[in-house]
Amino acid sequence: MRRTLQGGIVGAFDTPEEVIRAAHELRKAGYRRLEGYTPYPLLELERAIGQGRSRIAFVVFPFAIAGAAAAYLVQWWTNAVDYPLNSGGRPAHAAPAFVPATFEMAVLLSALSACVILAVWSGLPALWQPIFEVHGFERASIDKFFLAISDLDPAFDREATARKLTELGASHVDAFGARPATEAEMYGREHRMEGEEP
Amino acid sequence: MATEPVLIGRPTDAELSDQLLSTAWRPWRKLGKIGFLVAILGTLSLFAGITLTVMYGIGMWGNNIPVGWGFGIINFVWWVGIGHAGTFISAVLLLFEQKWRTSINRFAEAMTLFAVLQAALFPVLHLGRPWLAYWIFPYPSTMDVWPQFKSALPWDAAAISTYFTVSLVFWYTGLIPDLAAMRDRAPTRAKRMIYGIFALGFTGASSSYRHYRVVYGLLAGLSTPLVLSVHSIVSSDFAITLVPGWHSTIFPPFFVAGAIFSGFAMVLTLVIPVRSLFRLENVITKRHLDNLAKMVLVTSWVVTYSYILEFFMAWYSGDEYEIYQFFEARPFGPWAWIFWTMMICNSVIPQVFWSSKARSSLAVLWFVSLLVNVGMWAERFVIIVMGLQRDYLPSAWDVFVPSPVDWAIFLGTMGFFLLLFLLFLRFVPFIPLAEVKELKHELSHEEGH
Repeated sequence: MRRTLQGGIVGAFDTPEEVIRAAHELRKAGYRRLEGYTPYPLLELERAIGQGRSRIAFVVFPFAIAGAAAAYLVQWWTNAVDYPLNSGGRPAHAAPAFVPATFEMAVLLSALSACVILAVWSGLPALWQPIFEVHGFERASIDKFFLAISDLDPAFDREATARKLTELGASHVDAFGARPATEAEMYGREHRMEGEEP
Repeated sequence: MATEPVLIGRPTDAELSDQLLSTAWRPWRKLGKIGFLVAILGTLSLFAGITLTVMYGIGMWGNNIPVGWGFGIINFVWWVGIGHAGTFISAVLLLFEQKWRTSINRFAEAMTLFAVLQAALFPVLHLGRPWLAYWIFPYPSTMDVWPQFKSALPWDAAAISTYFTVSLVFWYTGLIPDLAAMRDRAPTRAKRMIYGIFALGFTGASSSYRHYRVVYGLLAGLSTPLVLSVHSIVSSDFAITLVPGWHSTIFPPFFVAGAIFSGFAMVLTLVIPVRSLFRLENVITKRHLDNLAKMVLVTSWVVTYSYILEFFMAWYSGDEYEIYQFFEARPFGPWAWIFWTMMICNSVIPQVFWSSKARSSLAVLWFVSLLVNVGMWAERFVIIVMGLQRDYLPSAWDVFVPSPVDWAIFLGTMGFFLLLFLLFLRFVPFIPLAEVKELKHELSHEEGH
């Protein structure tokens, strides 16, 4: 699945309350592929478009364990196995002395993995995205709240969806992105060219 | 007493954006240019000092036998400590859902990054052959030797590099929504493109924010134990040795408290002029300054308590070297005036913050914060130099005298820090815009219900 919206209809709203209400209404009307664009995180909007709590922490956790394990193993192997050195009579395998680096590597790996996963899951970096073509979208980072419906949505209908957004209070409605052909359509088109019924 | 608001007035989102983003393209006034000049002069002095050190070796410093650790480590510990308040403000206060952190957190994080950079210079230069600094990392070398992880120095390397990296990603993650806003409001095409590249194409999509929020919280959660661990590890450099006055079990919490103490003081030192210069009184309110001052007072007492405990433990241990160190060498030996400076600046002067009048006076706040920074530097000096110059064997005693190169590097790091900080103020939205808007949204909700 693509992480960023490639095409559809988008409406601009003036307040967070309006956009949240509109998202609720659209969900009720059967729309499933919604996306909000807001200047700051709006938890209610995420819930309204049907997105649950992020599971990113579960992915980061194994990285933390891997970091800790790798750090401890490196310290144990280098200092106790490959190059044991008697410094002040301390044991070669000195677990308490290995704690700081182990902890630091666990933190380092989890922080870095969290950021990389965040970027990948958000489809970034992608300096240009179809939504940027929408008139006035530059205010999505300032003071406007946008609600987009993907054209891959089962309930998507260009006119009806646009009308619905206007009814819900959007001050401006716009289509964006070239509608990409789905796999089924591509398949159908090839067959049509050969003279078969779609 | 009625508490002051954390945000004065209810500006619209567009007004807030204009106010907070315009700092990056409004031409600077004369004061800013003078600041840049001072910063560049300082940076030049730093590079001159570094060049001399690299060319002629550590002999250019005032270090001697027995004082093998002088300015290098004093400044290292001091700068690392200053960094800690930044992480404390952004991470710990975020976890405790303290709304007053919002306007100052990015500022404090940038302070952390730049302070840690200064700190990292010192241990590397102290090596004498800084180009071999990578030997501290366990890379598969043809020499068939590995770093000694039972020594404190690899711990330091792990702690500082992790601290810097995590602070950097934390800071950058927080910046992304604001960089997107910069991209969308930038007045020229060149600026649009530069900020656009740094914003990575962030759209503010709810599906991104869903992960973003969790990652930001996660990074805060990771940074919190990091604050405690980094300075605990730094204090272990001392605590695992046998020098009188160093091997004390209170060192880790004592160092952490001192670090946060000096860090909060540094935030105050920086935030007061910036707030006035950029006319940000509505987002950095008296309430912020008041809370910062209270934190300074609290940490001052933690530090004072640690001093008392150090003296008590020295006496209670019955160890004559410890007793000599604490009851004669420090208060009456060479450099005794630095010891008294430390006591006055760290334990006595912050007590003015008991008075709410002092906490609301900009001049008092600024001077006290400056003196706290001086006091904390004096504390690092006292711990490091005094233990070494009055060791176990009187025949080996000597006195530490810093050299001009020491001073050039120390003052130079201040210039370099200022330079980085001014560049940050010049080019980056230094008040977290998205978070202030979110705060405003929450506040208006609270008022509405």
